Amino acid sequence: MPFGRKPNEFPSHLWTQCPNCGEMLFNKQLARNLNVCTKCEHHFRLGARERIELLVDKGSFHEHDAALTSGDPLGFTDSKPYPERIAAAQTKSGEKDAIITGEATIGDNPVVLAVMDFEFMGGSMGAVVGEKITRAAERALAERRALVIVSASGGARMQEGTIALMQMAKILGALARLDQARLPYVSVLTDPTTGGVLASFASLGDIIVAEPGAMIRFSGERVTSGTVGEKLPTGFGKAEFLLERGFIDQIVPRPHLRERLAFFLTAFRAASQDLRWSL
Amino acid sequence: MSIVDRITGTKRTVDGNGHLPVDAHLITEPAQLTSRVSPWEAVQAARNIQRPHTLDVIGRVFDRFHELHGDRGFRDDPAIVGGIADLDGRPVMVVGEQKGASTEENIARNFGMPHPEGYRKAMRLYRLAEKFHLPLITFVDTPGAYPGPEGEERGQAEAIAQSILLMARLQTPIVVVILGEGGSGGALALGVGDVVLAMQNAIYSVISPEGCAAILWRSPAEAERAAKAMRLSGPDLLELGVVDALIPEPAGGAHTDHAATAATIRTALAAQLAKLERVPAADLMSARYERFRAFGSVAEPGSAAATPPPPDSWFRRIVKGLRT
Repeated sequence: MPFGRKPNEFPSHLWTQCPNCGEMLFNKQLARNLNVCTKCEHHFRLGARERIELLVDKGSFHEHDAALTSGDPLGFTDSKPYPERIAAAQTKSGEKDAIITGEATIGDNPVVLAVMDFEFMGGSMGAVVGEKITRAAERALAERRALVIVSASGGARMQEGTIALMQMAKILGALARLDQARLPYVSVLTDPTTGGVLASFASLGDIIVAEPGAMIRFSGERVTSGTVGEKLPTGFGKAEFLLERGFIDQIVPRPHLRERLAFFLTAFRAASQDLRWSL
Repeated sequence: MSIVDRITGTKRTVDGNGHLPVDAHLITEPAQLTSRVSPWEAVQAARNIQRPHTLDVIGRVFDRFHELHGDRGFRDDPAIVGGIADLDGRPVMVVGEQKGASTEENIARNFGMPHPEGYRKAMRLYRLAEKFHLPLITFVDTPGAYPGPEGEERGQAEAIAQSILLMARLQTPIVVVILGEGGSGGALALGVGDVVLAMQNAIYSVISPEGCAAILWRSPAEAERAAKAMRLSGPDLLELGVVDALIPEPAGGAHTDHAATAATIRTALAAQLAKLERVPAADLMSARYERFRAFGSVAEPGSAAATPPPPDSWFRRIVKGLRT
């Protein structure tokens, strides 16, 4: 915080402090800059609706399966019943679950788009996320569109137990068919992408790109540190680490994301129209 | 030619109702169980160090077994074993997660927690099974994939994801047996099949009960409550449709009689393989897709049921698939 100013000069509804460089950012300006710090380019998390607006050709998005909501397959209760947790998350976010899906064009390429929202129960994957992604992949297959999934998730949703786990197999069954039909699937990893989401569809894109600084790892930090009993090196499990280890294709800053996706999708579409090689 | 004839070929094993008879030795309805252990007792039983582990079971179930080692990229992971075995004169590919029967062996086997190269070895054997039309049998027994930094560095998540994807599309019959502990994604990497069986006292969960308790109850001491809420025991999994049938264990549990346990597993595997081998490949693939596609539990305006019934048995799925 700049020297000589009192804390109440930066009320949180107007200002946000960048956790990376400490700069006080005016909220409106931050939003205009796609939630990227104007000083150090730290990428703040971005909501699913804002993400869709950023990625698709203006006005091209049509949402699918918007009314889908979660059941309670286990009858799960911890400190409160699971249906109450869902209802609270719905009220807080205005969304039905942790993902929004629909069709759109990106640089005139027809796609089915699925965007996760970390704000809804940590972006956790239960049957709604599983069903909406599976339907997205099946729709992409039926209409011969590319599939783009933007991940932001802590992993499988514990309150749905093995039913949440089975979503991984369900989604990958659909992705296998997409792959067989030679339709492109681009996976975009954002902060954070972990657990069962990373251990399924997020790691399987024909192209995998990540946002700068995004935490991308299989196990939580405490679990990993616990097994070695020491603190992990700085940057462990971040996007830059994954690029260096060979698990993602590129790190793409948010302002370039749409143009980069459009480039890859156009390249694949052009190549697939060469009929000499058609199946 | 009827649908059932198409599946069963000339050797009709069909009863008067047109269905293959349910194997008497398998538990397909929770009501068949005369007694149910508590979920926490199941957790203890599934983790019992005296319980028969994969290589022990393989040695007793199959007539011959030759292990195949290595992922051809990094090293041979001792937490996953696999190889070619012989079941009643029929060659099969077997892959399983391996725990130890002692502390020393557990250290050598990394407590049954595979590294990425373990899953990559498994995938190599899956592909080999497909290439030479060997049915694939997998044994799941792991607390979970190894969560340490070496795993992260070598792509634990990617290895698991690729394994699940490969099993979903593998063009050969797959029978999965949840032998002891089915720990999350590290279990599912061996867990996609045409038939998924579980030992009566096995468990299968998305996170360990201790992990779940630490996050949702903020205390690992609440693991017993978490185990109950997670519905991870055999009968729960049967009710949820996550497994197709339970393999009964000797009274007192599998650890009390390894030979009897193995004999029951052998009968179950032989019966399932005999049926699956008669199913045309395309029908098998669509039935496998539908098996996992059916895990829903979502509500949608205009559809009545919030929770759909558990998926059909594999046989009914195949019959349905043939009708449509």
